[in-house]
Amino acid sequence: MELDSLYQEVILDHYKRPFNKSLSANPLVTVHHINTSCGDEITLSLKLDVNGDLEISWDGVGCSISQASTSIVSELLKGKSSQEALALIEEFQVMILSKGNDRGNENRLEDAVALAGVAKFPARVKCALLGWMASKDAILQVLQRGESKESE
Amino acid sequence: MLSPIDVPAIKKDFPILKKVVRGNNRLIYLDSGATSQKPLQVLDAEREFYTQHNAAVHRGAHLLAEEATEAYESSRINVARFIGAEPEAVIFTKSATESINAVAYSLGNAPVGSPFHISSENNIVLSEMEHHANLIPWQELARRTGAKLRWFPVTDEGRLDLTGIDSLIDNKTKVVAITHQSNVLGTINPLDSIVKAAGEVGAYLLLDACQSVPHFPINLEELGVDFLVFSGHKMLGPTGIGVLWGKKSLLDQMPPFLTGGSMIESVTMEQATYLDAPKRFEAGVPNMAQAVGLSAAVDYLRGIGLEKIHHHENQLTASALDGLRSIPTLKVIGPENMENRGGVISFTVDGIHPHDLGQALDQYGIAVRTGHHCAWPLMKRFQLVATTRASFYLYNDMDDVKELIEGVERARKYFLER
Repeated sequence: MELDSLYQEVILDHYKRPFNKSLSANPLVTVHHINTSCGDEITLSLKLDVNGDLEISWDGVGCSISQASTSIVSELLKGKSSQEALALIEEFQVMILSKGNDRGNENRLEDAVALAGVAKFPARVKCALLGWMASKDAILQVLQRGESKESE
Repeated sequence: MLSPIDVPAIKKDFPILKKVVRGNNRLIYLDSGATSQKPLQVLDAEREFYTQHNAAVHRGAHLLAEEATEAYESSRINVARFIGAEPEAVIFTKSATESINAVAYSLGNAPVGSPFHISSENNIVLSEMEHHANLIPWQELARRTGAKLRWFPVTDEGRLDLTGIDSLIDNKTKVVAITHQSNVLGTINPLDSIVKAAGEVGAYLLLDACQSVPHFPINLEELGVDFLVFSGHKMLGPTGIGVLWGKKSLLDQMPPFLTGGSMIESVTMEQATYLDAPKRFEAGVPNMAQAVGLSAAVDYLRGIGLEKIHHHENQLTASALDGLRSIPTLKVIGPENMENRGGVISFTVDGIHPHDLGQALDQYGIAVRTGHHCAWPLMKRFQLVATTRASFYLYNDMDDVKELIEGVERARKYFLER
């Protein structure tokens, strides 16, 4: 059934047992993103470890797609560099906006390919993107700060 | 005892209801609270206007201009009769949202000394259950003028809490703007004490009738309000047409909102004087075919009978409330009995976000609304992010109710028992 292509086990698992869903202390940056049409919202915090790699934590309320997707992105980007992370977000965006033509590269996007089915439900695409856009926003803010520090 | 309406016959007038959706399911349309479907009679009326009479109304010396004007103005008369109004007090707008903005901007435009003038001394009284269309225009008016916003709270049962009415509505109140029936809760608000309180202090009372005029008979004289707004598309009419009714004596004195052609009396390069209502508030070439379509919708509703439609919807709603309540962990947000209640049911199911529930129902062919229903403050009042909402109209039947209940139960099992 079509519904199963949207609600794959892996998505419902992330929804019921989300990863990194507890805001950690002393983040570098915190962003708050809202899905204005349905009221879903997430708060997402970003830290860098000693190697400069990403650590994402978050909290939020919303539908299974938005919450699972945020869990997935927070796990996928863990330990990645900012540039790697931005490339993955871009790749996810291409997949989710492909109307179902791009099934995603599982080696790179891991659990996120389970969200490929969302692409066939236009009304849900923004649910799936919520956590990814928040991550992108947070990463860009951190990069921007880095640049402004370098220029000081 | 009212004779029942003939739903199978009614359904024949709505071709969209024959549509097969998502995996071969019959379409079960339970989102008339957002917009209603349109019968052929309305579509035919619009088409006939364009194929036979189209011209700009109120101008031009030719036959078509006369016919278009006649069609447009007789639509006004017909819509006026539907709500018990005098035609000159019925203004066609593009939507109920525009109607409310027209009143809000008009008050904001009134100079010092005008009875309509509003300042930081004044307050505006709303309720916590307003649709954003009857909230944001007043927030903006308050921001522009410094007036204070006040509102009636909502009880746990989803009723207006009128206990503080005497302190909420005082002699500084300029406007009271209240919904007749909540688009989220289905609550029909009792107006008597509000009409009385607003009348005593000389505040203008605006009624948002978007969810009432399509569903049950109203009579302006009995209501006793100063302004009433509704939209065409929720009552079988086209989009792009709404109504602002106001007391004629007020409308003729109020500053206009949108200005331009058609609403002027005389014009020089420096200034202009304005016509009385309704033209005063109908600048530009209006939505003519849409007005004609709304008039056809009014004919259609009148032909079936609003009393009967209301009775029919009450039966569906009562049955749906009963059935939904039997589903474990389902909670109805709003009145659980049929007293002062219309055909809108909001509910939540523990462990399933409304968006997911709506998605599953859609897969079974059932169209419901999910989200905050343009009533974000009300959602917050109930500590909710969103609800699922089913709303009924004359073309729904007991099969639709049964499908809804089964669909919700099936979705619950799909998400929670797999």
